[in-house]
Order: sequence, then C-alpha cells, then structure tokens
Amino acid sequence: MDIGWYLAVSAIVFAIGAGGVLTRRNPLVTLLCLELMLNAANLALIAFSRMHGNGDGQVFAIIVMVVAACEVTVGLGVIVAMHRRRLPIDVDELRELHG
Amino acid sequence: MSAVLFFIAGLGAVAGALGVVFLRNAFYSVLALVCHLLSLAALFLLLDAQFVAAAQVIVYAGAVMVLYVFVVSYVSDASAAMPVGGVGRTTGYLFAVALAAELMIAMLGSGLKAIDSRGAHFAAGFGGPGQIGELLLTKFLFAFEAASFLLLMAAVGAVVLARRRGGVVEEPGRPVLSVMDLIREDNLGSMAEAVNAGHGGER
Repeated sequence: MDIGWYLAVSAIVFAIGAGGVLTRRNPLVTLLCLELMLNAANLALIAFSRMHGNGDGQVFAIIVMVVAACEVTVGLGVIVAMHRRRLPIDVDELRELHG
Repeated sequence: MSAVLFFIAGLGAVAGALGVVFLRNAFYSVLALVCHLLSLAALFLLLDAQFVAAAQVIVYAGAVMVLYVFVVSYVSDASAAMPVGGVGRTTGYLFAVALAAELMIAMLGSGLKAIDSRGAHFAAGFGGPGQIGELLLTKFLFAFEAASFLLLMAAVGAVVLARRRGGVVEEPGRPVLSVMDLIREDNLGSMAEAVNAGHGGER
C-alpha cells in the first residue's frame, strides 16, 4: 500500500480523538481520546520513517510512547485522587483548580 | 495480500477509535482502545517497524491498558450514570470533521512525491531491535536519558497523587490480616507488638 493511505488513517484517527476530547465529559474517556491522538501521530511518524527508509521516526515514536505512558500514569493518579476526595468525576464540574 | 491486511487493520483502527468516543460505558471504551491498539500494531508491522509494533502490544495493550482497566473499575460507580453530552457537542463534531479534512489536505496535498510510493529502499535490519537500540544509544542518547528521567518523575508523581490522605479515615475495629501474623510467635518483644499490631493488638 502507498504511504498516503497510512497518513489518511492517521488523520482520521487524530480527528476522532480530537472530537472525543471536545465532546466527552468523563475524564477517563478524555484520557483515552488523548491516547488516540498520540497514537495517530505515532502512525504518521512511522509512515514517514518508512517513506524515507530511515529509523529516526521509529525512535521518535518510541519516545512518544514513553511520554504517553507518563501522561496516563499522572492522569489516572489525579482521577484516583479526585475519587478519594469525593469530587465529581466530570470535567464540566471541575472548574476550580484549587484543592 | 498487504492491501487486504491494510484494509482490515485500518478499518479495525478507525472502528476502535469510534468505539472509544461513542461507547457510553468507560469500560467498553477501554476495550475498544485495546482493539484500536492491536490494529495499529498490525499497521506498524506492515510499515516494517517490527520493534515498535512489539513495544506497542507489550507496553500499550499490555501494561497501560491494565492500568486503565483497574482505574475504571475503581471509579466506575461514580462515573457510570453520567449524562452524556455538553453544551458545544455539535460544535465539537463539526470541529473534528473540519480537522480531518484539513489534515487530509495538508498531508495528501503536500506534493511530496514519495507519498504515492511504497517507501524508499532500506537496509537489512530496518526497524528491528538492533537498529533501534543503536540509534537510541548513539544518536538519541539525550532523548533516551530524558525519557528515563521522565518515567521516574511520573512514577513518583503518581504515588504522591494517589496516596491515601488524612481526609479519608480507616474504619476502626477492623482486624488487619498480614502474612507476618501467621509466622510470628507471640510475646517476642518485637516492634510490631510495641505498636499493637499483630496478635497482641486490640484494634
């Protein structure tokens, strides 16, 4: 398959993830949609790496996976802390950042 | 053959992404994301990125998703019956469609000749662990070290965020069972007895 097809899949998945971040109110699902966007970027990086026959893009994708894992860890920690403090698990209700 | 595999995996990836956004139950969203990640790993394999595909399956579909499943089942009672949709829901979907169109135009209309090819020729071992490891430890050594430090900070941050605070009280009078209670004898004068844990404790 041509590289362009992979880029098209990447663009569609990124747009779905962005739409999910904008519309869903559950912070867990918002984090999942962030994962979707990061993975779409990973697919584009690897497609371009294949296009140039160069491994740099794959290293970039692995670093993106590391950053995504860190983001998930801290984000889920925040959600667990919210649950412990009996705060509503809803991004529309959480307008104030002070604890 | 590769075209058939591409369409199966690509449809799986897009369907999984749609499932993440549109399924009402957060648990099903996580399962849809697992489907999406596995399809994406197949796409990576089609692009000759074997090591990244294996890391995707092990790290994402294995470790990160298990973390998600645990947290979703931990907080699920609070988030199960949430009313869906916000104020700007239609605006959000319109923005997503416009973003998809704009990304298509930006990438497919970029005029890069190689987009309509199957990629450049590559040396043997492209995308294998040998090449990735050599790049990580020579050309991208700083990024590698920074990533390891970032992982350390994230682990410490998660422990600090999720630890039990003073606001949540343990219910008193509940016996705490531990393995040491079975193998430790009474009246040894140990530190556990000094703080009333174990057998002698009257909690």
